[in-house]
Amino acid sequence: MRFVDEFRDAEKAQALAAQIAALCEPGRQYKFMEVCGGHTHTIYKHGLEDYLPESITLVHGPGCPVCVIPMGRVDDAIFIARQPDVIMTSFGDMMRVPGSNGAFFDATARGADIRMVYSPLDSLKIARQNPDKRVVFMAIGFETTAPSSAMTVLRAAAEGLENFSIFCNHVTIIPAIKAILDSPDLRLDGFIGPGHVSTVIGCRPYEFIAGEYGKPLVCAGFEPLDLLQSIYMLMLQLAEGRCEVENQYSRVVPWDGNLKALQVINEVMELRPYFEWRGLGFISHSALRVRESYASFDAERQFLVPGVRVADPKACQCGEVLKGVLKPWECKVFGTACTPETPIGTCMVSPEGACAAYYNFGRFTRERVKEATRS
Amino acid sequence: MTSQSQQYQELSREEQVLQRIEKARARKAKLKEERITLSHGSGGKATQTLIEAVFLEAFANPLLAPLEDGAVLTALGGRLAFTTDSYVVSPLFFPGGDIGDLAVNGTVNDLAVSGARPLWLSAGFILEEGFPVADLERIVGSMAAAAERAGVQIVTGDTKVVQRGKADGCYVNTAGVGVIERPGELGVATARPGDVVIVSGPVGEHGITIMLARGELDIESEVTSDTAPLNGLVERLLDAAPGVRGLRDATRGGVATICNEVARAAGVAVVLEEEAVPVRPDVRGACELLGIDPLYVACEGRLVAVVDGDQVEAAMAALRSHPLGEGAAVIGRVRDDPPGLVLLKTSFGGTRIVDLLVGDPLPRIC
Amino acid sequence: MCLGIPGEIVEFMDDRPDLAKVDVSGVKRAINIGLLEDEKLEPGDWVLIHVGFALSKIDEEEAKAALDFLEGIGQAYADELAALADSRID
Repeated sequence: MRFVDEFRDAEKAQALAAQIAALCEPGRQYKFMEVCGGHTHTIYKHGLEDYLPESITLVHGPGCPVCVIPMGRVDDAIFIARQPDVIMTSFGDMMRVPGSNGAFFDATARGADIRMVYSPLDSLKIARQNPDKRVVFMAIGFETTAPSSAMTVLRAAAEGLENFSIFCNHVTIIPAIKAILDSPDLRLDGFIGPGHVSTVIGCRPYEFIAGEYGKPLVCAGFEPLDLLQSIYMLMLQLAEGRCEVENQYSRVVPWDGNLKALQVINEVMELRPYFEWRGLGFISHSALRVRESYASFDAERQFLVPGVRVADPKACQCGEVLKGVLKPWECKVFGTACTPETPIGTCMVSPEGACAAYYNFGRFTRERVKEATRS
Repeated sequence: MTSQSQQYQELSREEQVLQRIEKARARKAKLKEERITLSHGSGGKATQTLIEAVFLEAFANPLLAPLEDGAVLTALGGRLAFTTDSYVVSPLFFPGGDIGDLAVNGTVNDLAVSGARPLWLSAGFILEEGFPVADLERIVGSMAAAAERAGVQIVTGDTKVVQRGKADGCYVNTAGVGVIERPGELGVATARPGDVVIVSGPVGEHGITIMLARGELDIESEVTSDTAPLNGLVERLLDAAPGVRGLRDATRGGVATICNEVARAAGVAVVLEEEAVPVRPDVRGACELLGIDPLYVACEGRLVAVVDGDQVEAAMAALRSHPLGEGAAVIGRVRDDPPGLVLLKTSFGGTRIVDLLVGDPLPRIC
Repeated sequence: MCLGIPGEIVEFMDDRPDLAKVDVSGVKRAINIGLLEDEKLEPGDWVLIHVGFALSKIDEEEAKAALDFLEGIGQAYADELAALADSRID
């Protein structure tokens, strides 16, 4: 596969790993946070940590938009799904996220019509084919996905569809990173920046991280060589005493982002004054909602959702994992009460959650795995 | 007694039966209806006509023709393998086959990987009121063709009809009996360090075909289901390599699930090489687009074999000499540690665990 | 939500200027190219696809530059390994 396979080359990985190791100061520990859940997934899926020296630790950040949805919002979504004549449509990742009374999966078992879609456009198609039903799209994701939801609303408006709406749970990445930076628990040396969010917002929004907080950030692609190269670039900055925002993913990310995408988001949506993030609490101006001018496409206005705030289960330590304070295996319920079969928190449910990624892919200590696979 | 009935009494049982088939054919039953109705399931005349016009017509053989409650089979001595599976696939018709193909091949394959020569199948149908008879005939036609290809007979069956909305068109159950003629036991629990794991061809074709055939994902591709009877392939493999420890039919859960079953049953580690697992480029493209791992996607015409390391060449040569085994590949090895786990050496050079999935591989969007 | 896959534009739809058909390793799907309307896309261009939308046009020059860098690192590494192998003190 072009633009994919070339960035999975094992030989080049070894070369990069050697360069990274060469840049490590003896006796110094390095901690980089990869913000984005997609990066967490790549790291574990390809066994990237095997290429890093012991002195470099990767900390998993809150960039998993499924993981940060509070239980109360899941309950609201299920409430909508259970209304008469509603077809709820959603990405696959949401299907097993637990609310206080089960997940979408459980709701379908109890009779709700919830369908998995690949794109919000598929949801629009269902709306056209079912004029007597109200079709709702569960819109989740960072700025990567918000333009797609917005474009879909514009398309629905252009077609005069009256039975389509979105339940908007889009969140924005900068407030999440800022929450991490302001968190007293964490000492990081740099950030691996979210690649696909940046195709929309560009690299400028990260400049305050280097400028005000003194941490370098490299915007990274999603193939394993992209991540390795980004780590190399961070190490090089540290070695050379630089602190900048750099773009490793330049083949895809334009420095200025995608203006049209930003315009489209702005046309259909606006920032909420505040929004609750699972584990991070209430953050101001961190999430999007549908504007008044598109009210007929706003599920929150069309259905009177209960909007009840639900506290996380006491045992759940997702918040600390999302902030990178705890590693998955350090959570008290990891692997015991909280497993992929019986998840307590979203970090275990979402395939991009740090806990799920670690449980499914990395659960064994590095040394034993290396031993067993030596050939 | 008339001379005709006298003659009839003197015929052997088989000849009597054949004569009855002739007569039945002569006053050929015809189904007037275009859609299945509740009467077709009631056991009366409508059922009789359905059976004769559709099932008997397609599956005709002396063992089925008496249409008794059970088929009387002559045991050939030795051990029998017995299996059953129900088929509820949606959509019923898809590129590369239909529910009928799956119903025959799936059960044939379960018998074959048990080391048996598949012989006889039963076929139970649960039909939804309103189901088009033309579709039923198409499914039954596929089953007859698949049975012939596999060298098995469908010797007994049942039909029920349920109200509209209570079934998804057509559900099929097949049970199968085969005879085990080789000495020894096949079982993945006997896997031991030094063994190799072989897959008979590219993985993930059936699962991707079904996912795309559901039409909701709007993806066009040329991928077709790999449904096929594997008994011929198994015979060739077992003839050439008696050191086969165990065989599995790779269906739901894909190759990854089978490797986990091997690791757990035998208390060994299975170490796979990502580069070695054969996947067609378009299956890989669809998996990347949807965010699923081909290792977990269902096949319907592939087997996984655990083979004594000393016999790998013989095994591979045998598989590759058969049309259904042309794409066979060694995908991994068995080690003793860490027991019960499946590890993967990624093409990138790292390692990771391949665990059992919780549920179906949902397409990852993010 | 990060899953983005590179795909090649193979065809435009006459009746729908906001859609294009892309090919990902032999698998095709119609995607919305409305977010790239200023790019003047053509068949043969590669785009990043995310949930049925093209988010960005892949810059082939930058891709080549990235690969060249990796190639260079790879070569430097191979050279060093060779030098190491050659430099025997005995």
